[in-house]
Amino acid sequence: MSGGTSLRSNARRAQAGTTESPLVRWLLIGLALAFMGLFLVLPLAAVATEALRKGFGAYLEALREPDAWAAIRLTLITAAITVPLNLVFGVAAAWAIAKFEFRGKAILTTLVDLPFAVSPVVAGLIYVLVFGAQGWFGPWLQAHDIKIIFAVPGIVLATIFVTFPFIARELIPLMQAQGSDEEQAAIVLGATGWQTFWRVTLPNIKWGLLYGVILCNARAMGEFGAVSVVSGHIRGQTNTMPLHVEVLYNEYQSVAAFAVASLLAILALVTLVIKSIIEWRHEREMKALADLPPERPPTPDAAAA
Amino acid sequence: MNAGASSALPSTGAPISRPRPGKPRRVLPGFNLTLGYALFYLCLIVLIPLSALVFKTFTLTWDQFWAAVTSPRVMASYRLTFGASLLAAIVNLFGGLLVAWVLVRYHFPGKRIVDALVDLPFALPTAVAGISLTALLAGNGWIGQFLEPHGIKLAFTPAGVVIALIFIGLPFVVRTVQPVLEDSEKELEEAATSLGATRWQTFWRVILPSIMPALLTGFAMAFARAIGEYGSVIFIAGNMPMISEITPLIIIGKLEQYDYGGATAVALVMLVISFVMLLVINGLQGWQRKRSGGAS
Repeated sequence: MSGGTSLRSNARRAQAGTTESPLVRWLLIGLALAFMGLFLVLPLAAVATEALRKGFGAYLEALREPDAWAAIRLTLITAAITVPLNLVFGVAAAWAIAKFEFRGKAILTTLVDLPFAVSPVVAGLIYVLVFGAQGWFGPWLQAHDIKIIFAVPGIVLATIFVTFPFIARELIPLMQAQGSDEEQAAIVLGATGWQTFWRVTLPNIKWGLLYGVILCNARAMGEFGAVSVVSGHIRGQTNTMPLHVEVLYNEYQSVAAFAVASLLAILALVTLVIKSIIEWRHEREMKALADLPPERPPTPDAAAA
Repeated sequence: MNAGASSALPSTGAPISRPRPGKPRRVLPGFNLTLGYALFYLCLIVLIPLSALVFKTFTLTWDQFWAAVTSPRVMASYRLTFGASLLAAIVNLFGGLLVAWVLVRYHFPGKRIVDALVDLPFALPTAVAGISLTALLAGNGWIGQFLEPHGIKLAFTPAGVVIALIFIGLPFVVRTVQPVLEDSEKELEEAATSLGATRWQTFWRVILPSIMPALLTGFAMAFARAIGEYGSVIFIAGNMPMISEITPLIIIGKLEQYDYGGATAVALVMLVISFVMLLVINGLQGWQRKRSGGAS
């Protein structure tokens, strides 16, 4: 019978039909790598070479400058305030949105995303309008000698705004997918709300949480536009690292600018490494979970698989 | 923005039992506390400051507002911002699809590193991206030195703006298309091939329609991000009025001249555009969910 062979050749043809010839494949891979290399790898390499243009000594010298130190300190302080605040908000918002049904949930979810859509410059401007000398609270703040705009609190506020959605956005889909069966079981068995959160929910969301935190942190340390509007660019006082990079660059201190920039690039690379590790871990856990025998009576689908 | 994460989240896998929607929903505590705090924080950080923008605009007369947002210099900045953002998003549409395709369908050494590197523009501060792209494209830079003798100038021209915006928007299309390509069923392609379709026809008629919502979502996200972008652009643009001055820079310029009204008016225009883009993206994502829900 020729039916068998034609079937088999059909199958082979079908298999060949779901991929491309090696030539096309390598051409596409080459093109993709060239695109990535041109736009991602070259800029990174440029930061490293420009920073080390005058040797390692000059590089370290640039980093040891007091103004650079002040910028690094301010950046760390800003991130240290911003990330925990957005963390608490992210967990609270995700708990309310993922575990409960209420009216206006879709609107709330959209509003959480809003800061991503707003231009960083507009984000900075709105705080100037609220707290600046001409703003709503400007006269009152001046009377009480409190400085927010062109000072550290303004920088922190603007940073909080631009990093606002990161952690909530990671947690909401994750907690929605996990449902609330486990929490309900814990409550029924007599656990308090806090115990349920610490012992049941937190272990379930810890990777998503960490993921959100590192992305939030990277953006908090690297934010430029919003912070630039509210900072006032006072050297050694209200310059974060990205702003310090700008100042040095505009003063044609190329090596110093790229030296500080290289620290930020290292931060970005560390962020990517941690992020990849979390993703790979999660992938492994999912695979392990899929390999487990089903605990509940198997549905026909599961039995067939 | 979290598209990178969604690929790591369980889309299929262990059976997920959703609680039935119905009456006995409030077994869990903390609804009032968490919702209340979330709303309080949202109002404090986002909504009240944003409303300040609207209220400040109301202090202008209509003529003042109109003059501020339609002056020739501002109009030129809209043209540049939208034109460059659109071009960059189109480049990212094709480049992003290519990278996503290669990462999902093919195996090659170093694939995981390439995959991780896609998110670099999310992690690298924009100012760093700006100065390093400028260093590359300037007349004495690695790339610029080869282009300059041929009369091609990229740094300090509108072309530089496009390049910075391509960098900024690169991850969006990749990260929205990648999970959809991973989930797409090979059986459909096999069927198409055994029915006599060429590989190109299969791609055009079977694969492309299934990833279209994701592709457009990524495109819209890259476009929206590019419109608001400031940090990476100002270093490379040259910032010449009427030629290479983007709209966010107009706002900064007006602020530096203490023209708060004018800055606010232009900012309101940008804010409205952001809202529209957010709605478009939400609509596209809804379309995508419906599509993937119907497929599986």
